[in-house]
Amino acid sequence: MGKRVAMTGNDAAAEAMRQIDPDVVAAYPITPQTELMHKFAEYVADGKVSTEFVLVESEHSAMSATVGASTAGARAMTATSSQGLALMFEILHIASGLRLPIVMPMVNRALSAPLNIHCDHSDSMSCRDTGWLQLYAENTQEVYDNILMAVRIAEHPEVLLPVMICYDGFIISHTMEAVEILDDETAKRFVGEYQPKLQLLDVERPVTVGALYLPDHYFEAKVQQARAHQTAFTVIQEIAQEFTKLCGRSYDYFESYRMEDAERAIIVLGSAAGTAKEVVDRLRSAGERVGLIKLRVFRPFPHHELAKALGRTRAVAVLDRSIAFGSIGGPVYLEVRSALLDQRERVLVLNYVYGLGGRDIFCEDIGSVYEDLRRVIEMGSTETETIYLGVRQEKLEQPVHIEV
Amino acid sequence: MSGLREYMAQEERITGGHRACTGCLPMVSLKQALMNIKDPVVVGIATGCMEVVSTIYPYTAWNVPLIHNAFENAAATVSGVEAAYNALRRKGKIAKKIKLVAFGGDGGTYDIGLQSLSGAMERGHNMLYICYNNEGYMNTGIQRSSATTMGAWTSTSPDGAVKLGKQQLQKNLTEIMIAHDLPYAAQADIGHWKDYMKKVEKAAAIDGPTFINVLSPCTLGWKFPAEDGMSIAQMAAETCIWPLYEAEHGYRKLTYKPREKKPVREWLKMQGRFRHLFRTEHEPMIEELQRQVDRRWDLLLRLCGETP
Repeated sequence: MGKRVAMTGNDAAAEAMRQIDPDVVAAYPITPQTELMHKFAEYVADGKVSTEFVLVESEHSAMSATVGASTAGARAMTATSSQGLALMFEILHIASGLRLPIVMPMVNRALSAPLNIHCDHSDSMSCRDTGWLQLYAENTQEVYDNILMAVRIAEHPEVLLPVMICYDGFIISHTMEAVEILDDETAKRFVGEYQPKLQLLDVERPVTVGALYLPDHYFEAKVQQARAHQTAFTVIQEIAQEFTKLCGRSYDYFESYRMEDAERAIIVLGSAAGTAKEVVDRLRSAGERVGLIKLRVFRPFPHHELAKALGRTRAVAVLDRSIAFGSIGGPVYLEVRSALLDQRERVLVLNYVYGLGGRDIFCEDIGSVYEDLRRVIEMGSTETETIYLGVRQEKLEQPVHIEV
Repeated sequence: MSGLREYMAQEERITGGHRACTGCLPMVSLKQALMNIKDPVVVGIATGCMEVVSTIYPYTAWNVPLIHNAFENAAATVSGVEAAYNALRRKGKIAKKIKLVAFGGDGGTYDIGLQSLSGAMERGHNMLYICYNNEGYMNTGIQRSSATTMGAWTSTSPDGAVKLGKQQLQKNLTEIMIAHDLPYAAQADIGHWKDYMKKVEKAAAIDGPTFINVLSPCTLGWKFPAEDGMSIAQMAAETCIWPLYEAEHGYRKLTYKPREKKPVREWLKMQGRFRHLFRTEHEPMIEELQRQVDRRWDLLLRLCGETP
């Protein structure tokens, strides 16, 4: 079976890619994704994969070439972060609109300006409506597992949608952790051989890909795409169950951590969930009824399941690692609040934004959130204003442009 | 190269019934190019007139596989197709030899797609990239591009009270592509169709990155009667504003040398987009353009080892 090894998140992603052995990988360097591609380049150089490795001149071309390769009938992958994802934005829509099963590790990093290479989720969250599925990982193990599962989800004939595997820059990508890796044969059998329906290179049966759809056809194509997201919802669970049979690790849309009888809960995605679990354990041992929801699947969003999981809580705090500027809360908050709107008993929902540009989040921060939740339950109501967790208040008073 | 009879007997790779304008020469450039490639082809095309008029769902004019991705990425997209072709061929999943071709207009090639094209050529993908150059963004309503001739009227370079059409000279894209040390790069016009077809045949036979820049007049954007396009294309070579030449790894060769170099005004006066330049007070602009044409022609002759 599998073996237990110490790996960084990027190494684990590269390891999954080695086992997948895609026909084509197109890549462009960007921190903190770089080490992933360094590792994969070694696999290419050592003949450990049979991949055509295309080192393009930009992320825009990385995604464009991946689209070309996938259309041609190849299993194609790329990986990126932050500015790179932003540069790909135009082609992200084309990849999903053409229904191409591209899998892309996405190492979360803040967007400029100000320039910053550290983790937050502003990059992937700004691409939430590009039609890509988005899975988030708490740790290195989940990075590896999610990538393998993503191939199956993306290529499922009823889904045919691209998938982003999001994981926190540096916090996961560069941190060494113990990971259980499937043996090559098991991994390869799970992923299987790609059986494309669309093959541009089939010259006997020519197809036109990327045609112009006028108002009489465009709408239907997009609604079909929306339906594929609904189908993906079921498929994600099926693939997870199949994966569990291989290794015992179970996956769902989200992980409910000590949620039994919880009256206060935090919802978070990514590495901060690990810190939050520690806090939950401490508070539980002090007899407090607190729990945690760690979101794994952000697109499609599990509204009904989440409403069910949170329905019996009294107050919930949503921790966003990005700002939805001008909105009443972050992207995750908006979804969770909508999900809870139809509950017969009102659940109070608070919004926190934390960790922008790699600002660390500590147990005390999360502890203060559970305290806030206790307070709003006592008060029976809540302000809808976003709370910025870990921001230095005194620095907020500085002028934007300093006069010289 | 085949004769006209053989060409006419070929099965069309782009069929009629598409929605290009009467007298559209870019479409002729595409059709003729595909006639001169013996192997099965797979085509990538940039967003633009040719893509829009030929792929209106649920119809397509393409009898060969076609991928349209976006405006600026035809070369990058075909890079990916080529990588897939190499991978699948190596794995025994594709047996046939296929030629990969990319088409882009001058907007998608000179301007927004230049980086993508440069990257693909530098990486050495086995593809023939053909720029159907009609000197402007015709699909979006005739705006200036870096391929537009100096002095030309366009929607974004109108002939106004203080500015007279486009203010800058054309970018010399063919030379930029030659600087990529390509095994083959050429400049053609659709009027000299035999010369163009020879170039396509030559380029397509090379396993490697090749490039052709084919001047393809646009009846709407250049403002001329639909039947005049071929003569206008030919006149561009006669005046040496658009010389016909090729380069193999930088060694340039003229493929057509006009017996007598005609003044550039002969070309300008055939097109409505230059009408304003012929008002007496604007004559100096024509003279200036002539000087620039002479300068570039002189340099090219030297590069081709010809006597200026």
